[in-house]
Amino acid sequence: MEAPAQTSAETQPKSGPIGPDDVIVVEDVAKIYDGRRVLDGVNFRVKRGEILVIMGGSGCGKSTLLRQLIGLQQPEEGRIWIDGSEITQLTEEAFINVRRRFGVLFQSGALFNSMTVGDNVALPIREHYPNQPEMTVDIMVKMKLSLVGMTQFSHLKPAEISGGMKKRAALARALALDPKLLFCDEPTAGLDPTRVTEFDELTLKLCRDLGVTAVVVTHDMTSAFRIGTRMILLNKGKIWAVGTPAEIRAHPDPGVKRFINGDPESEVRQDADSYLQDILGESK
Amino acid sequence: MPITLTRFFQHVTSWCWLFGNMLYWAFVSPFHGKKMRTNDLFRQMMLIGVRSLSIVFLVMFFMGLVLAMQSAETLEKVGGLSMVGGLVAAAVMREIGPMLTAIVLAGRCGAAITAELGTMRVAEELDALETMGLNPVHFLIVPRVLGMVIMAPCLTILGVFMAMYGGCLISVLFLDQDAYQYWRKSFELLKLKDVYSGMIKSVVFATLVSNIACYFGFIVDGGAEGVGKSTTQSVVTSIVMIIVSDCVLTAFFYFV
Repeated sequence: MEAPAQTSAETQPKSGPIGPDDVIVVEDVAKIYDGRRVLDGVNFRVKRGEILVIMGGSGCGKSTLLRQLIGLQQPEEGRIWIDGSEITQLTEEAFINVRRRFGVLFQSGALFNSMTVGDNVALPIREHYPNQPEMTVDIMVKMKLSLVGMTQFSHLKPAEISGGMKKRAALARALALDPKLLFCDEPTAGLDPTRVTEFDELTLKLCRDLGVTAVVVTHDMTSAFRIGTRMILLNKGKIWAVGTPAEIRAHPDPGVKRFINGDPESEVRQDADSYLQDILGESK
Repeated sequence: MPITLTRFFQHVTSWCWLFGNMLYWAFVSPFHGKKMRTNDLFRQMMLIGVRSLSIVFLVMFFMGLVLAMQSAETLEKVGGLSMVGGLVAAAVMREIGPMLTAIVLAGRCGAAITAELGTMRVAEELDALETMGLNPVHFLIVPRVLGMVIMAPCLTILGVFMAMYGGCLISVLFLDQDAYQYWRKSFELLKLKDVYSGMIKSVVFATLVSNIACYFGFIVDGGAEGVGKSTTQSVVTSIVMIIVSDCVLTAFFYFV
């Protein structure tokens, strides 16, 4: 891929007060591992009601960026605001209140294997609202599971359900506390194409019906263009392109085009001789 | 500084941080309105204590047999066969009971804790807990540590009785000793200090084993292979630490 270049005014560093519609503001975020800048000067805003898709190749820093957004890691540089709170400055105690306002869907689902699907969904409700009667918790769990069509599986353990059902159950758990913000890490990874379409439609429906703003990290282009209202393409830790799905499709950068079309970066070697020449260099 | 030494100090620092965190969530946070997870605690007490009973009984029974046979061979030469009971009781109460129980717990429960928490780490379950605003130390470590710390002395006491019973069998069946005399002599020679030093050792060993197991579970990296590696490290470190701390505690109780 070519050297990353930010191409939109929206990616420019922004400071000062957060706009009334901004749910997430990321300002000059950098993450450094062993001296390597995995994220470098990342800036963007997410408006209320948007579904922002963060795309990029393997190792481009998209999962690292998500971990900064949900507070699992602290960036070395830059600031992040979630729903008006600057999470990069918050104490652990204060951050808990912010965490109640967002849900996270992990790549593997991350359901607790020792609990039933129902108990998994009930966990955040029981923990954050300990005085709720058990009957109320049961009703809330049934409501959340019905949103994802999993009501009849609430008594099963995660090991007893399929991968797609696990994802849906995990989505129900992410929505348990009625968050206004949803983060998804590779939500369709490991699903067959039919399940991917079903899951995308479910995500769209839930975001629309519940008024949830979503940030979805994925490298599944079909899924990204199906659900995204705005997209960010990361490359080597920097924002390479940003815009609506139509803008990304029409992006002038050939590297961006190649990425979204899934074309290989270099020509495929034709024969064994050229392969040997490549690895042996001039000595061949 | 060599890399190994640097990594060792990194491990020690991280372990101390986790241990301090555990102490906070176990003993300070309940006074700030963070309730103890009693259901999880009882579940862990069941898993660690009740389910380890048979293996501790078995190991300690055979240890009692061995100790009685070994001591009889020497004591017979000085005409002190009646002292077999006392010797077995003192040895298992002071030393062997707490240590062997802790080693059994390290192998059976410590390994299970590391593997369970490690698998949770790999499956992003620990991250999921954090993003739900739930502290993994409060949620997972405190019940496991307290469960082991509460159950280890109970297992030790029961194991000590089992070892004494094993010794009694040898004394009665092969050394022509009277069972009543065996038990009387055993309790006569057993001092209060032996009991409390044994119990304190047991609590210290359980604290070390459970915290080491949780620590190695939390730092798992690299999938299934990482879980296996961490589990081995957890058991080996636990056994080494049991022996090192036993040496320190024995010196403290009997040499200082």
